[in-house]
Amino acid sequence: MKAAVIVFPGSNCDRDMAVALRAAGADVEMVWHKDAGLPRGVDLVAVPGGFSFGDYLRCGAIAAQSPVCRAVIDHVHKGGYALGVCNGFQVLTETGLLPGALMRNAGIRFVCKTVPLTVATAESDFTRGYAKGEALQIPVAHHDGNYFVDAATHERLRAEDRIAFTYGDNPNGSTGDIAGVLSENRRVLGMMPHPERAIDAGHGGTDGRGLFDGLVGALVSA
Amino acid sequence: MKARVQVMLKTGVLDPQGEAIRHALGALGFDGVEGVRQGKVIEIDLAETDPEAAEAQLSEMCEKLLANTVIESYKIDLS
Repeated sequence: MKAAVIVFPGSNCDRDMAVALRAAGADVEMVWHKDAGLPRGVDLVAVPGGFSFGDYLRCGAIAAQSPVCRAVIDHVHKGGYALGVCNGFQVLTETGLLPGALMRNAGIRFVCKTVPLTVATAESDFTRGYAKGEALQIPVAHHDGNYFVDAATHERLRAEDRIAFTYGDNPNGSTGDIAGVLSENRRVLGMMPHPERAIDAGHGGTDGRGLFDGLVGALVSA
Repeated sequence: MKARVQVMLKTGVLDPQGEAIRHALGALGFDGVEGVRQGKVIEIDLAETDPEAAEAQLSEMCEKLLANTVIESYKIDLS
């Protein structure tokens, strides 16, 4: 199973993401944002957290227009998998691959702590490693994680079982406590919490492992 | 020609920064501030001299990059 981790100027969770994917058994290649294409045979593209292009204009807005993001959009349109965490989630909404937008936290402050999450659906390759309703502890670290969707889109996401994770104690004002959301074909996941920071007991917990193990396992056997 | 693009959160989208400013104004003793919305202004110098063509270009810029139309609206002023 082959994964590519995109690196923008200002990405700072790219290496953590690579470590998490490798630990789950993926063959990982780092891809610089100016590269126009993805490595051959990539199954999963991971867009990591950080502050791509200094969050200028809007978080993820400039990154979403970079050459490599056009390649990511093509990859997804061909049925490829993509995972966006934190800034990566912001980038994926800016490309239009995921619905909604991420706004300034309702409490204005940067929120950096481990938060309780609930697995809202196990019906995706990203969440198959968990049970529906399972409680997780995963860190968040963001200033603009307030997920906004209009009422009609929110209803649609619920009806289509596309809400992957919800917050136990909403830290940022997100609509419907949504912490992570799936694309229509369930092959793109965007989430604000950082599962790649929760794969090692020495770093505070291993609740993120289920995501990487489940995902890499599904793609290996595919 | 010069253009000024104003990007604001859409009506109905809660603006946490605007709310923080409203609270701060209240704390400074400015009573009666009923609402504050914060947006951005982007000034653009264009080589284009035809206003209609410039307006079309600017609309495309707003749709593609300058505004996120999921949450923001924009207004273009040419001078």
